[in-house]
Amino acid sequence: MSRVGVIGIGHGKFGRRSDATVQELAFEAFREALHDAPIPKSEIDATVIGAVPEYHKQRSVAGVIQEYLGLTPTPTWLTEVACASGSAAIRTAWMAIRSGMHKVVAVIGCQKMTELSTPEILALMGRVGEVQWESVFGTTFPAYYAMFANAHMHSYGTTRDQLLQVAVKNHFYGARNPNALFQKPITLEKARASEPVASPFCVYDCCANADGAACVILADEFRARSLGGDRVVWLDGVGCATASMSVLKRPNLTGLPSAEQAARQAYQMAEVSARDIKVAEVHDCFTIAEIMAYEDLGFCEKGQGGRYIEERKPYPDGGGVAVNVDGGLKAKGHPIGATGVSMACEIVKQLRGEAGIRQVSGADVGLTHNVGGIGQYCFVHVFRRN
Amino acid sequence: MFSWFGKVSFVPFSKVQDFAVHLKDGRLMGSRCKSCGYQTFPPRADCPECLSGEFEFVEYTGAGKVFTFSTISAAPTGFEDLVPYTVVVVDLHEGGRLLGWLGASISAEEVRIGMDVQTVPRIDESSEDIKVFYTIERAGTTWGKAPRPTSAEPPASSSPGTRTAVPVTPTR
Repeated sequence: MSRVGVIGIGHGKFGRRSDATVQELAFEAFREALHDAPIPKSEIDATVIGAVPEYHKQRSVAGVIQEYLGLTPTPTWLTEVACASGSAAIRTAWMAIRSGMHKVVAVIGCQKMTELSTPEILALMGRVGEVQWESVFGTTFPAYYAMFANAHMHSYGTTRDQLLQVAVKNHFYGARNPNALFQKPITLEKARASEPVASPFCVYDCCANADGAACVILADEFRARSLGGDRVVWLDGVGCATASMSVLKRPNLTGLPSAEQAARQAYQMAEVSARDIKVAEVHDCFTIAEIMAYEDLGFCEKGQGGRYIEERKPYPDGGGVAVNVDGGLKAKGHPIGATGVSMACEIVKQLRGEAGIRQVSGADVGLTHNVGGIGQYCFVHVFRRN
Repeated sequence: MFSWFGKVSFVPFSKVQDFAVHLKDGRLMGSRCKSCGYQTFPPRADCPECLSGEFEFVEYTGAGKVFTFSTISAAPTGFEDLVPYTVVVVDLHEGGRLLGWLGASISAEEVRIGMDVQTVPRIDESSEDIKVFYTIERAGTTWGKAPRPTSAEPPASSSPGTRTAVPVTPTR
Protein backbone atom coordinates (compact mmCIF):
# COMPACT_ATOMS: atom_id res chain seq x y z
CA MET A 1 0.00 0.00 0.00
CA SER A 2 1.23 3.49 -0.76
CA ARG A 3 2.06 5.87 2.05
CA VAL A 4 0.80 9.34 2.89
CA GLY A 5 3.38 11.98 3.75
CA VAL A 6 3.24 15.31 5.55
CA ILE A 7 4.96 17.87 3.30
CA GLY A 8 4.07 21.11 5.07
CA ILE A 9 3.09 22.40 8.50
CA GLY A 10 1.89 25.78 9.78
CA HIS A 11 0.81 26.94 13.22
CA GLY A 12 -0.71 30.22 14.34
CA LYS A 13 -0.52 31.88 17.75
CA PHE A 14 -3.02 30.38 20.21
CA GLY A 15 -4.77 32.67 22.68
CA ARG A 16 -7.54 35.21 22.98
CA ARG A 17 -7.48 36.36 19.38
CA SER A 18 -9.98 39.18 19.39
CA ASP A 19 -7.93 40.62 16.53
CA ALA A 20 -8.99 38.04 13.95
CA THR A 21 -11.92 36.16 12.39
CA VAL A 22 -11.88 32.38 12.10
CA GLN A 23 -10.90 32.55 8.42
CA GLU A 24 -8.09 34.99 9.22
CA LEU A 25 -6.80 32.56 11.85
CA ALA A 26 -7.01 29.74 9.29
CA PHE A 27 -5.08 31.85 6.79
CA GLU A 28 -2.14 32.38 9.18
CA ALA A 29 -1.62 28.65 9.57
CA PHE A 30 -2.23 27.95 5.88
CA ARG A 31 0.28 30.60 4.74
CA GLU A 32 2.97 29.19 7.01
CA ALA A 33 2.28 25.63 5.81
CA LEU A 34 2.52 26.69 2.15
CA HIS A 35 5.81 28.48 2.84
CA ASP A 36 7.00 25.29 4.52
CA ALA A 37 5.81 22.94 1.74
CA PRO A 38 7.70 22.41 -1.51
CA ILE A 39 4.59 23.02 -3.64
CA PRO A 40 2.63 26.01 -4.96
CA LYS A 41 -0.94 26.63 -3.80
CA SER A 42 -2.26 25.43 -7.16
CA GLU A 43 -1.17 21.86 -6.34
CA ILE A 44 -3.69 21.60 -3.49
CA ASP A 45 -6.69 19.72 -4.82
CA ALA A 46 -8.85 19.62 -1.64
CA THR A 47 -9.04 20.98 1.90
CA VAL A 48 -10.54 19.39 4.98
CA ILE A 49 -11.52 21.66 7.86
CA GLY A 50 -11.64 20.44 11.45
CA ALA A 51 -13.85 22.67 13.59
CA VAL A 52 -16.84 22.53 15.91
CA PRO A 53 -19.70 24.60 14.44
CA GLU A 54 -21.45 25.72 17.64
CA TYR A 55 -18.76 28.25 18.55
CA HIS A 56 -18.90 30.30 15.37
CA LYS A 57 -21.50 32.86 14.39
CA GLN A 58 -20.59 32.04 10.78
CA ARG A 59 -22.47 28.96 9.71
CA SER A 60 -20.57 26.26 7.79
CA VAL A 61 -17.05 27.65 8.21
CA ALA A 62 -15.46 25.39 5.59
CA GLY A 63 -17.01 27.55 2.87
CA VAL A 64 -15.84 30.88 4.22
CA ILE A 65 -12.35 29.50 4.80
CA GLN A 66 -12.14 28.02 1.30
CA GLU A 67 -13.08 31.38 -0.17
CA TYR A 68 -10.65 33.34 2.03
CA LEU A 69 -7.77 30.97 1.16
CA GLY A 70 -8.53 31.58 -2.51
CA LEU A 71 -9.08 27.90 -3.14
CA THR A 72 -12.53 27.79 -4.70
CA PRO A 73 -13.62 25.79 -6.70
CA THR A 74 -11.54 22.93 -5.21
CA PRO A 75 -13.49 20.65 -2.84
CA THR A 76 -13.70 21.23 0.89
CA TRP A 77 -15.62 19.66 3.75
CA LEU A 78 -15.86 19.90 7.53
CA THR A 79 -15.26 17.16 10.08
CA GLU A 80 -16.76 17.34 13.56
CA VAL A 81 -16.12 15.06 16.52
CA ALA A 82 -15.90 17.62 19.33
CA CYS A 83 -12.31 18.20 20.52
CA ALA A 84 -10.96 15.60 18.05
CA SER A 85 -12.31 17.38 14.96
CA GLY A 86 -8.78 18.25 13.79
CA SER A 87 -7.62 14.64 13.84
CA ALA A 88 -10.80 13.55 12.09
CA ALA A 89 -9.87 16.02 9.34
CA ILE A 90 -6.42 14.44 9.08
CA ARG A 91 -7.95 10.98 8.95
CA THR A 92 -10.35 11.88 6.14
CA ALA A 93 -7.55 13.59 4.19
CA TRP A 94 -5.46 10.43 4.59
CA MET A 95 -8.42 8.39 3.31
CA ALA A 96 -8.95 10.76 0.38
CA ILE A 97 -5.32 10.40 -0.66
CA ARG A 98 -5.14 6.65 -0.11
CA SER A 99 -8.27 6.19 -2.22
CA GLY A 100 -6.54 7.95 -5.10
CA MET A 101 -9.22 10.61 -5.28
CA HIS A 102 -6.93 13.45 -4.17
CA LYS A 103 -3.15 13.97 -4.44
CA VAL A 104 -2.42 16.92 -2.14
CA VAL A 105 -4.79 17.87 0.67
CA ALA A 106 -4.49 20.80 3.08
CA VAL A 107 -5.95 20.06 6.50
CA ILE A 108 -6.84 23.06 8.63
CA GLY A 109 -7.97 22.81 12.22
CA CYS A 110 -9.35 26.04 13.58
CA GLN A 111 -11.58 27.40 16.31
CA LYS A 112 -12.62 30.78 17.58
CA MET A 113 -13.96 30.07 21.07
CA THR A 114 -13.71 33.33 22.95
CA GLU A 115 -16.73 34.92 21.29
CA LEU A 116 -18.63 33.02 24.00
CA SER A 117 -18.41 33.66 27.76
CA THR A 118 -16.90 31.06 30.11
CA PRO A 119 -20.32 30.01 31.57
CA GLU A 120 -21.65 29.66 28.01
CA ILE A 121 -18.66 27.50 27.07
CA LEU A 122 -19.11 25.46 30.28
CA ALA A 123 -22.75 24.91 29.34
CA LEU A 124 -21.91 24.03 25.73
CA MET A 125 -19.09 21.68 26.66
CA GLY A 126 -21.06 20.08 29.49
CA ARG A 127 -23.61 19.07 26.86
CA VAL A 128 -21.09 16.65 25.35
CA GLY A 129 -22.30 14.56 28.26
CA GLU A 130 -25.77 13.08 27.84
CA VAL A 131 -28.25 15.97 27.85
CA GLN A 132 -31.43 14.02 28.65
CA TRP A 133 -30.31 12.45 31.93
CA GLU A 134 -27.09 14.21 32.99
CA SER A 135 -26.77 17.84 31.83
CA VAL A 136 -30.07 18.65 33.60
CA PHE A 137 -28.07 18.45 36.86
CA GLY A 138 -25.54 21.04 35.70
CA THR A 139 -22.70 18.73 34.76
CA THR A 140 -19.67 20.42 33.24
CA PHE A 141 -16.80 19.18 31.11
CA PRO A 142 -14.32 19.61 33.98
CA ALA A 143 -16.73 17.75 36.29
CA TYR A 144 -16.84 14.72 33.99
CA TYR A 145 -13.06 14.45 33.91
CA ALA A 146 -12.99 15.19 37.64
CA MET A 147 -15.18 12.13 38.14
CA PHE A 148 -12.58 10.10 36.22
CA ALA A 149 -9.89 11.60 38.46
CA ASN A 150 -11.75 10.63 41.64
CA ALA A 151 -12.25 7.11 40.29
CA HIS A 152 -8.56 6.84 39.32
CA MET A 153 -7.40 8.15 42.69
CA HIS A 154 -9.72 5.69 44.43
CA SER A 155 -8.69 2.67 42.34
CA TYR A 156 -4.94 3.27 42.02
CA GLY A 157 -3.94 5.69 44.74
CA THR A 158 -3.12 8.45 42.25
CA THR A 159 -2.45 11.65 44.18
CA ARG A 160 -3.33 15.32 43.77
CA ASP A 161 0.35 16.18 43.44
CA GLN A 162 0.83 13.61 40.68
CA LEU A 163 -2.05 15.21 38.76
CA LEU A 164 -0.59 18.68 39.19
CA GLN A 165 2.90 17.51 38.18
CA VAL A 166 1.40 17.08 34.68
CA ALA A 167 0.48 20.78 34.74
CA VAL A 168 3.94 21.75 35.98
CA LYS A 169 5.60 19.80 33.14
CA ASN A 170 3.33 21.18 30.44
CA HIS A 171 3.63 24.79 31.57
CA PHE A 172 7.42 24.36 31.64
CA TYR A 173 7.33 23.40 27.95
CA GLY A 174 4.67 25.96 27.07
CA ALA A 175 7.21 28.57 28.11
CA ARG A 176 9.46 27.18 25.34
CA ASN A 177 6.79 27.40 22.65
CA PRO A 178 6.10 30.91 21.31
CA ASN A 179 2.70 29.78 19.93
CA ALA A 180 1.47 28.73 23.37
CA LEU A 181 -1.11 30.79 25.26
CA PHE A 182 0.77 30.53 28.59
CA GLN A 183 4.42 31.52 28.50
CA LYS A 184 5.47 31.07 32.12
CA PRO A 185 6.48 27.98 34.10
CA ILE A 186 4.47 27.31 37.26
CA THR A 187 5.38 25.71 40.57
CA LEU A 188 3.53 22.87 42.27
CA GLU A 189 2.70 25.28 45.13
CA LYS A 190 1.10 27.76 42.74
CA ALA A 191 -0.89 24.97 41.06
CA ARG A 192 -2.12 23.64 44.42
CA ALA A 193 -3.27 27.10 45.52
CA SER A 194 -5.40 27.82 42.46
CA GLU A 195 -9.20 28.22 42.65
CA PRO A 196 -11.41 25.11 42.77
CA VAL A 197 -13.29 24.22 39.55
CA ALA A 198 -14.73 20.73 40.08
CA SER A 199 -13.27 18.59 42.83
CA PRO A 200 -10.54 17.39 42.83
CA PHE A 201 -9.65 19.86 40.06
CA CYS A 202 -8.55 23.41 40.50
CA VAL A 203 -7.76 25.91 37.75
CA TYR A 204 -4.34 24.43 36.98
CA ASP A 205 -5.82 20.99 36.31
CA CYS A 206 -7.74 22.44 33.36
CA CYS A 207 -6.71 23.60 29.93
CA ALA A 208 -7.87 27.01 28.74
CA ASN A 209 -10.33 27.88 26.01
CA ALA A 210 -8.51 29.61 23.18
CA ASP A 211 -8.67 30.74 19.58
CA GLY A 212 -6.25 29.45 17.00
CA ALA A 213 -5.51 27.44 13.88
CA ALA A 214 -3.00 24.91 12.60
CA CYS A 215 -2.43 23.38 9.16
CA VAL A 216 -0.76 20.28 7.74
CA ILE A 217 -0.43 19.52 4.04
CA LEU A 218 -0.58 15.83 3.13
CA ALA A 219 0.49 14.31 -0.17
CA ASP A 220 0.52 10.93 -1.84
CA GLU A 221 3.72 8.88 -1.73
CA PHE A 222 4.89 9.84 -5.22
CA ARG A 223 4.66 13.59 -4.63
CA ALA A 224 5.92 13.39 -1.06
CA ARG A 225 9.00 11.44 -2.14
CA SER A 226 9.78 13.47 -5.22
CA LEU A 227 9.15 16.90 -3.69
CA GLY A 228 9.58 16.52 0.04
CA GLY A 229 13.07 15.03 0.20
CA ASP A 230 14.26 14.09 3.68
CA ARG A 231 11.87 16.52 5.41
CA VAL A 232 8.88 14.28 4.71
CA VAL A 233 7.24 12.71 7.74
CA TRP A 234 5.02 9.72 7.04
CA LEU A 235 1.61 9.17 8.56
CA ASP A 236 1.86 5.39 8.77
CA GLY A 237 -0.77 4.46 11.35
CA VAL A 238 -4.26 5.83 11.82
CA GLY A 239 -6.58 4.52 14.50
CA CYS A 240 -10.02 5.64 15.56
CA ALA A 241 -12.56 4.27 18.02
CA THR A 242 -15.64 5.39 19.92
CA ALA A 243 -17.25 4.81 23.32
CA SER A 244 -20.71 5.46 24.76
CA MET A 245 -21.93 9.06 24.78
CA SER A 246 -23.04 8.64 28.39
CA VAL A 247 -19.96 8.06 30.50
CA LEU A 248 -22.31 6.38 32.99
CA LYS A 249 -22.47 3.43 30.59
CA ARG A 250 -18.69 2.86 30.54
CA PRO A 251 -17.37 -0.22 32.35
CA ASN A 252 -15.07 1.99 34.44
CA LEU A 253 -14.02 5.61 34.74
CA THR A 254 -10.28 5.00 35.05
CA GLY A 255 -9.39 5.05 31.37
CA LEU A 256 -10.72 5.63 27.87
CA PRO A 257 -11.53 2.40 25.99
CA SER A 258 -11.68 4.37 22.72
CA ALA A 259 -8.05 5.44 23.25
CA GLU A 260 -6.85 1.90 23.93
CA GLN A 261 -8.55 0.64 20.78
CA ALA A 262 -7.42 3.53 18.56
CA ALA A 263 -3.84 3.01 19.77
CA ARG A 264 -3.97 -0.72 19.05
CA GLN A 265 -5.18 -0.04 15.49
CA ALA A 266 -2.56 2.65 14.82
CA TYR A 267 0.32 0.58 16.24
CA GLN A 268 -0.74 -2.40 14.17
CA MET A 269 -1.04 -0.43 10.95
CA ALA A 270 2.32 1.27 11.45
CA GLU A 271 3.89 -1.99 12.66
CA VAL A 272 5.22 -0.42 15.83
CA SER A 273 4.60 -0.90 19.53
CA ALA A 274 4.39 1.56 22.41
CA ARG A 275 8.09 0.90 23.07
CA ASP A 276 9.01 2.40 19.68
CA ILE A 277 7.38 5.78 20.40
CA LYS A 278 9.93 8.48 21.29
CA VAL A 279 7.70 11.52 21.42
CA ALA A 280 3.95 11.90 21.87
CA GLU A 281 1.35 14.62 21.85
CA VAL A 282 -1.51 13.52 24.09
CA HIS A 283 -4.86 15.08 24.86
CA ASP A 284 -4.27 16.71 28.25
CA CYS A 285 -7.51 18.71 28.41
CA PHE A 286 -7.29 17.95 32.15
CA THR A 287 -4.37 16.61 34.17
CA ILE A 288 -6.02 13.21 34.66
CA ALA A 289 -6.46 12.90 30.90
CA GLU A 290 -2.69 12.87 30.37
CA ILE A 291 -2.20 10.30 33.14
CA MET A 292 -4.87 8.05 31.60
CA ALA A 293 -3.23 8.54 28.18
CA TYR A 294 0.12 7.17 29.46
CA GLU A 295 -1.79 4.03 30.42
CA ASP A 296 -4.20 3.76 27.47
CA LEU A 297 -1.33 4.18 24.99
CA GLY A 298 0.75 1.52 26.76
CA PHE A 299 3.57 3.83 27.91
CA CYS A 300 3.11 2.32 31.37
CA GLU A 301 0.97 -0.30 33.08
CA LYS A 302 -2.67 0.40 33.96
CA GLY A 303 -2.81 2.37 37.20
CA GLN A 304 0.85 3.46 37.03
CA GLY A 305 0.25 6.79 35.25
CA GLY A 306 0.60 8.82 38.45
CA ARG A 307 3.93 7.22 39.23
CA TYR A 308 5.04 7.71 35.59
CA ILE A 309 4.82 11.50 35.91
CA GLU A 310 6.13 11.51 39.48
CA GLU A 311 9.25 9.69 38.24
CA ARG A 312 9.58 12.26 35.43
CA LYS A 313 9.37 9.56 32.75
CA PRO A 314 7.48 11.76 30.23
CA TYR A 315 10.23 14.40 30.29
CA PRO A 316 12.81 14.10 27.47
CA ASP A 317 15.61 11.82 28.73
CA GLY A 318 13.32 10.71 31.53
CA GLY A 319 13.50 7.12 30.35
CA GLY A 320 9.95 7.04 28.98
CA VAL A 321 8.13 8.66 26.10
CA ALA A 322 8.56 12.45 25.91
CA VAL A 323 5.01 13.76 26.20
CA ASN A 324 3.62 17.19 25.30
CA VAL A 325 6.95 18.96 25.08
CA ASP A 326 5.22 21.82 23.25
CA GLY A 327 3.10 22.58 26.34
CA GLY A 328 0.14 20.37 25.48
CA LEU A 329 -3.42 21.64 25.56
CA LYS A 330 -2.67 22.69 29.11
CA ALA A 331 -0.23 25.48 28.25
CA LYS A 332 -0.87 26.02 24.55
CA GLY A 333 -4.60 26.54 25.06
CA HIS A 334 -7.22 24.35 23.42
CA PRO A 335 -8.96 25.82 20.36
CA ILE A 336 -10.87 22.59 19.98
CA GLY A 337 -10.91 22.20 16.20
CA ALA A 338 -7.24 23.20 15.91
CA THR A 339 -5.82 20.94 18.62
CA GLY A 340 -5.45 17.68 16.66
CA VAL A 341 -3.70 19.47 13.81
CA SER A 342 -1.50 21.38 16.26
CA MET A 343 -0.41 18.04 17.72
CA ALA A 344 0.51 16.76 14.24
CA CYS A 345 2.56 19.93 13.56
CA GLU A 346 4.62 19.36 16.71
CA ILE A 347 5.30 15.69 15.96
CA VAL A 348 6.37 16.54 12.41
CA LYS A 349 8.73 19.22 13.78
CA GLN A 350 10.15 16.74 16.28
CA LEU A 351 10.67 14.01 13.69
CA ARG A 352 12.31 16.45 11.27
CA GLY A 353 14.64 17.54 14.07
CA GLU A 354 13.40 21.12 13.77
CA ALA A 355 11.90 21.58 17.26
CA GLY A 356 14.70 23.83 18.49
CA ILE A 357 15.02 24.16 22.27
CA ARG A 358 12.35 21.53 22.86
CA GLN A 359 13.83 18.94 20.45
CA VAL A 360 13.67 15.35 21.73
CA SER A 361 16.91 13.66 20.71
CA GLY A 362 16.61 10.57 18.54
CA ALA A 363 12.93 11.17 17.76
CA ASP A 364 12.15 8.90 14.81
CA VAL A 365 8.66 7.63 15.67
CA GLY A 366 5.96 9.79 17.27
CA LEU A 367 2.26 9.79 17.86
CA THR A 368 -0.72 12.04 18.43
CA HIS A 369 -3.59 11.07 20.74
CA ASN A 370 -6.60 13.34 20.25
CA VAL A 371 -9.74 12.75 22.31
CA GLY A 372 -13.20 14.01 21.39
CA GLY A 373 -15.58 14.83 24.22
CA ILE A 374 -15.11 12.65 27.26
CA GLY A 375 -13.56 9.82 25.26
CA GLN A 376 -16.59 9.31 23.04
CA TYR A 377 -14.11 9.58 20.18
CA CYS A 378 -10.38 8.99 20.04
CA PHE A 379 -7.91 9.26 17.17
CA VAL A 380 -4.34 7.97 17.45
CA HIS A 381 -1.92 8.72 14.60
CA VAL A 382 1.58 7.27 14.32
CA PHE A 383 4.16 9.28 12.39
CA ARG A 384 7.56 8.08 11.21
CA ARG A 385 10.59 9.86 9.81
CA ASN A 386 11.78 7.23 7.36
CA MET B 1 -43.57 17.07 29.99
CA PHE B 2 -40.01 15.82 30.12
CA SER B 3 -39.12 19.47 30.62
CA TRP B 4 -40.18 18.89 34.25
CA PHE B 5 -36.98 16.90 34.77
CA GLY B 6 -33.90 18.73 36.04
CA LYS B 7 -33.09 22.39 36.61
CA VAL B 8 -32.51 23.33 32.98
CA SER B 9 -34.19 21.13 30.39
CA PHE B 10 -32.59 20.47 27.03
CA VAL B 11 -35.04 17.87 25.71
CA PRO B 12 -38.66 18.78 26.56
CA PHE B 13 -40.10 15.75 24.77
CA SER B 14 -39.24 12.09 24.77
CA LYS B 15 -41.01 8.77 24.28
CA VAL B 16 -40.20 8.09 27.93
CA GLN B 17 -41.49 11.46 29.14
CA ASP B 18 -43.83 9.85 31.68
CA PHE B 19 -40.64 9.19 33.66
CA ALA B 20 -41.04 12.77 34.93
CA VAL B 21 -44.67 12.17 35.97
CA HIS B 22 -43.68 9.07 37.89
CA LEU B 23 -40.82 10.95 39.52
CA LYS B 24 -43.25 13.69 40.58
CA ASP B 25 -45.31 10.96 42.25
CA GLY B 26 -42.27 9.60 44.04
CA ARG B 27 -41.42 6.70 41.78
CA LEU B 28 -38.09 6.11 40.05
CA MET B 29 -38.67 4.23 36.82
CA GLY B 30 -36.53 2.18 34.50
CA SER B 31 -37.88 0.42 31.44
CA ARG B 32 -38.49 -3.12 30.28
CA CYS B 33 -38.93 -4.25 26.67
CA LYS B 34 -42.35 -5.87 26.28
CA SER B 35 -41.02 -8.11 23.56
CA CYS B 36 -37.76 -9.57 24.92
CA GLY B 37 -37.70 -8.36 28.53
CA TYR B 38 -34.53 -6.22 28.20
CA GLN B 39 -34.51 -4.02 31.30
CA THR B 40 -32.51 -0.84 31.70
CA PHE B 41 -32.03 2.40 33.58
CA PRO B 42 -32.37 5.18 32.52
CA PRO B 43 -35.50 4.08 30.65
CA ARG B 44 -35.56 3.93 26.88
CA ALA B 45 -38.44 3.45 24.45
CA ASP B 46 -36.63 1.40 21.86
CA CYS B 47 -34.98 -1.91 22.61
CA PRO B 48 -31.34 -2.08 21.49
CA GLU B 49 -31.48 -5.89 21.60
CA CYS B 50 -34.64 -6.86 19.66
CA LEU B 51 -35.47 -3.41 18.19
CA SER B 52 -39.02 -3.46 19.58
CA GLY B 53 -40.60 -0.08 20.33
CA GLU B 54 -42.98 -1.50 22.95
CA PHE B 55 -41.86 -0.90 26.52
CA GLU B 56 -43.23 -0.59 30.01
CA PHE B 57 -41.94 1.28 33.05
CA VAL B 58 -40.48 -0.71 35.94
CA GLU B 59 -40.10 0.80 39.40
CA TYR B 60 -36.58 0.89 40.84
CA THR B 61 -35.78 1.19 44.53
CA GLY B 62 -33.00 3.69 43.81
CA ALA B 63 -30.63 2.01 46.24
CA GLY B 64 -27.02 1.72 45.15
CA LYS B 65 -23.39 2.60 45.70
CA VAL B 66 -21.45 5.75 44.83
CA PHE B 67 -19.58 5.11 41.57
CA THR B 68 -17.90 8.52 41.41
CA PHE B 69 -18.65 12.20 42.15
CA SER B 70 -17.42 15.78 41.86
CA THR B 71 -18.21 19.04 43.60
CA ILE B 72 -18.70 21.74 40.99
CA SER B 73 -17.55 25.30 41.76
CA ALA B 74 -17.58 26.71 38.21
CA ALA B 75 -21.14 26.29 36.96
CA PRO B 76 -22.61 26.37 33.47
CA THR B 77 -25.30 28.87 32.46
CA GLY B 78 -28.45 28.34 34.52
CA PHE B 79 -26.74 26.69 37.51
CA GLU B 80 -24.70 29.61 38.89
CA ASP B 81 -27.01 30.07 41.89
CA LEU B 82 -26.31 26.54 43.14
CA VAL B 83 -22.51 26.54 43.47
CA PRO B 84 -20.88 24.70 44.97
CA TYR B 85 -22.99 21.60 44.26
CA THR B 86 -21.99 17.96 44.15
CA VAL B 87 -22.98 15.57 41.39
CA VAL B 88 -22.88 11.86 42.22
CA VAL B 89 -22.99 8.86 39.91
CA VAL B 90 -24.79 5.94 41.54
CA ASP B 91 -24.35 2.32 40.55
CA LEU B 92 -27.92 1.07 41.11
CA HIS B 93 -28.30 -2.31 42.81
CA GLU B 94 -30.91 -3.19 40.20
CA GLY B 95 -28.59 -2.36 37.31
CA GLY B 96 -27.78 0.82 35.43
CA ARG B 97 -26.43 4.07 36.79
CA LEU B 98 -27.80 7.54 37.36
CA LEU B 99 -26.35 10.95 37.98
CA GLY B 100 -27.95 13.26 40.53
CA TRP B 101 -27.27 15.87 43.17
CA LEU B 102 -25.87 14.99 46.54
CA GLY B 103 -28.65 15.60 49.08
CA ALA B 104 -28.53 17.23 52.51
CA SER B 105 -28.06 13.98 54.46
CA ILE B 106 -24.46 13.54 53.21
CA SER B 107 -21.90 16.32 53.21
CA ALA B 108 -19.59 16.89 50.25
CA GLU B 109 -16.61 16.08 52.50
CA GLU B 110 -18.17 12.79 53.52
CA VAL B 111 -19.07 11.31 50.15
CA ARG B 112 -16.86 8.37 49.12
CA ILE B 113 -16.71 5.98 46.19
CA GLY B 114 -18.33 2.69 47.19
CA MET B 115 -20.57 4.27 49.85
CA ASP B 116 -24.13 2.86 50.11
CA VAL B 117 -26.70 5.48 49.11
CA GLN B 118 -30.37 5.96 48.36
CA THR B 119 -31.79 7.91 45.40
CA VAL B 120 -34.76 10.02 46.50
CA PRO B 121 -37.32 11.63 44.11
CA ARG B 122 -37.78 15.37 44.72
CA ILE B 123 -39.97 18.27 43.68
CA ASP B 124 -38.54 21.78 43.64
CA GLU B 125 -41.20 23.66 45.58
CA SER B 126 -39.49 27.01 45.13
CA SER B 127 -40.26 26.86 41.42
CA GLU B 128 -43.58 28.00 39.95
CA ASP B 129 -43.12 25.50 37.15
CA ILE B 130 -43.16 21.81 37.95
CA LYS B 131 -39.55 20.79 38.47
CA VAL B 132 -38.63 17.26 39.49
CA PHE B 133 -35.24 15.70 40.15
CA TYR B 134 -33.61 13.34 42.60
CA THR B 135 -31.03 13.62 45.30
CA ILE B 136 -28.54 11.08 46.56
CA GLU B 137 -29.02 10.47 50.28
CA ARG B 138 -27.77 8.26 53.07
CA ALA B 139 -28.71 4.59 52.60
CA GLY B 140 -32.06 3.81 54.21
CA THR B 141 -33.48 7.29 53.69
CA THR B 142 -37.22 7.12 53.04
CA TRP B 143 -39.56 9.74 51.70
CA GLY B 144 -43.33 10.27 51.54
CA LYS B 145 -43.60 7.30 49.28
CA ALA B 146 -41.13 4.79 50.66
CA PRO B 147 -39.08 2.73 48.21
CA ARG B 148 -40.12 -0.85 47.77
CA PRO B 149 -38.40 -3.72 46.06
CA THR B 150 -38.95 -4.11 42.34
CA SER B 151 -41.69 -6.63 41.82
CA ALA B 152 -41.78 -8.97 38.85
CA GLU B 153 -44.65 -6.90 37.48
CA PRO B 154 -44.74 -3.10 37.34
CA PRO B 155 -47.36 -1.37 39.53
CA ALA B 156 -50.78 -2.07 38.06
CA SER B 157 -52.08 1.44 38.63
CA SER B 158 -50.51 4.56 39.96
CA SER B 159 -52.13 6.74 42.57
CA PRO B 160 -50.60 10.17 42.04
CA GLY B 161 -49.82 12.65 44.76
CA THR B 162 -49.30 10.19 47.58
CA ARG B 163 -46.07 11.66 48.79
CA THR B 164 -45.07 14.79 50.61
CA ALA B 165 -42.21 16.38 48.83
CA VAL B 166 -39.35 17.73 50.90
CA PRO B 167 -37.77 20.81 49.39
CA VAL B 168 -34.10 20.13 49.11
CA THR B 169 -31.24 22.08 47.68
CA PRO B 170 -28.05 20.36 46.70
CA THR B 171 -25.42 20.14 49.41
CA ARG B 172 -23.25 23.19 49.61
